[in-house]
Amino acid sequence: MIEVQALSKHFGPIVAVDRVSFAVGRGEVLGFLGPNGAGKSTTMKMIAGFLTPTSGTAKVCGFDVLEEPIAVKARIGYLPEGAPLYADMTPKSFLAFIAAARGFGREEAKRRIATAAAQTQIGTVFDRPIDTLSKGYKRRVGLAQALLHDPEVLILDEPTDGLDPNQKHEVRTLIRELASEKTIVISTHLLDEVSAVCSRAIVIAGGRLAVDTTPAALEARSRLHNAIRLRLAGLALEDARRDLAGVPGVAAIDTLEHEDAGIDLLLYAEGGQPIVTEVSRFVHARGWQVEEIRVERGELDEVFREITTGSA
Amino acid sequence: MRCARNVYAVFRREFAAYFVTPLAYVFLVVFLALAGALTFYIGNYFEREQADLEPFFTFHPWLYLFLIPAISMRLWAEERKTGTAELLLTLPLSITEAVLGKFLAAWAFTAVALALSFPLWISVNVLGHPDNGVILAGYIGSFVMAGAFLAVSSCMSALTKNQVIAFVLACAASFLFILSGTPMVLGFAQSWLPQVLIDAIASFSFLTHFNAIKKGVIDLRDVIFLASLIALFLYANVVAVELKKSA
Repeated sequence: MIEVQALSKHFGPIVAVDRVSFAVGRGEVLGFLGPNGAGKSTTMKMIAGFLTPTSGTAKVCGFDVLEEPIAVKARIGYLPEGAPLYADMTPKSFLAFIAAARGFGREEAKRRIATAAAQTQIGTVFDRPIDTLSKGYKRRVGLAQALLHDPEVLILDEPTDGLDPNQKHEVRTLIRELASEKTIVISTHLLDEVSAVCSRAIVIAGGRLAVDTTPAALEARSRLHNAIRLRLAGLALEDARRDLAGVPGVAAIDTLEHEDAGIDLLLYAEGGQPIVTEVSRFVHARGWQVEEIRVERGELDEVFREITTGSA
Repeated sequence: MRCARNVYAVFRREFAAYFVTPLAYVFLVVFLALAGALTFYIGNYFEREQADLEPFFTFHPWLYLFLIPAISMRLWAEERKTGTAELLLTLPLSITEAVLGKFLAAWAFTAVALALSFPLWISVNVLGHPDNGVILAGYIGSFVMAGAFLAVSSCMSALTKNQVIAFVLACAASFLFILSGTPMVLGFAQSWLPQVLIDAIASFSFLTHFNAIKKGVIDLRDVIFLASLIALFLYANVVAVELKKSA
């Protein structure tokens, strides 16, 4: 659905995007991760047909962005960063404009506007001027505009930025619902969003593509992947540490807390391999009093930092 | 035709947007009040004792000098500032269609302003027996000249994100076009430029071209000049929008 080959964008001497290549298919939700200024938005603007690439190609549904821009734009629903909208219009008149610009006749426009409004739940503010709406509602109007023509491809630039947790949840739920039928690219620097919504993650840093993988694989890169958080009671710290160090697969042990009442340990897994079975068998065999045992999946923050500061 | 539909969609939005804020109404009132004041007092409308609207049309270039930039300053500067340009230009329409739609909306608004001066036309018909064909020709000519001012101003608006700068640039550019016909510039140039160039500079002047128009004479040369100027600046407008995308 989207094919990007060696896409680059130079603003004078500044290289904003440096030979980025990737492909996204139907049913995939691609998360564009990266620090601010990494080139995520610039890449999306090129795919959406707003900016002209300095070199490289971008194809959407088989149409080249440079050769057939109108065909590309007709198939993309794009939500720019910050969700810019015409402040003087109401959501109703705004969506009517978008519908007209997308070539829908009056009857069909009405139908599609109603559908998009229902999907984004903006019915209650439909007739209020957009500049009187809250940030969350403005974002939803922007989403409605992107969904209006039921596009095959959705490109959303930081769709949940600035929303409260409830609103974030709603937007993410909506994206997940749409995912099966469409190709979706979202950009974010919220790592929990990637795990929540995306089937694939690309990390962009310094204009270059650093990593192209799945959220699960990203987590697996973390030192904390498959680590065990163990809370024990009624034991001496040094004894517990010495004994646990002997469990196969345990690479290192961190003491998080200890008081006379109990101890809190973090056992790192060697090579990120699962050790929970070994550890639980071990403590069970010893008859230790376990208050909590938890498998850590990995901290994306840490992985992200390593990838982006490494290559920046 | 898709092209016409797209232009119409942009046109409709832009035209309606004029009337949402008080801007439109303030502009109309100011335009009509000024036009009236200039006609009746400075233009010696009554003293002339002639049944035509020449004193009215004489002042149009000077009215347009300030008022056209006022209505066109927001056409592109606002879009770039708020980021809606990104929204507009990722819709399935070309930059040319967007430029045309906005230009036509501003032009239509000017038509409304001109049309609202009909009380003057009524007054001259009550007081005498004017040649209404001449007056109509004057309105049409003024309307086309307004289009030329608009094309220049709209292009200036695409060069900046700041509406005030757009206004000033547009005023300056319009002023140059008006000024190139006055004896002030021509006289200065006469001493050291070849006659060919002097004629060329004078031929760019809106005033020179408007001289015939305000008398109700629609000369083909004037029409071609204004039409080609409009085309030139609309093209420049498209180029400016394209170039300024990444700024």
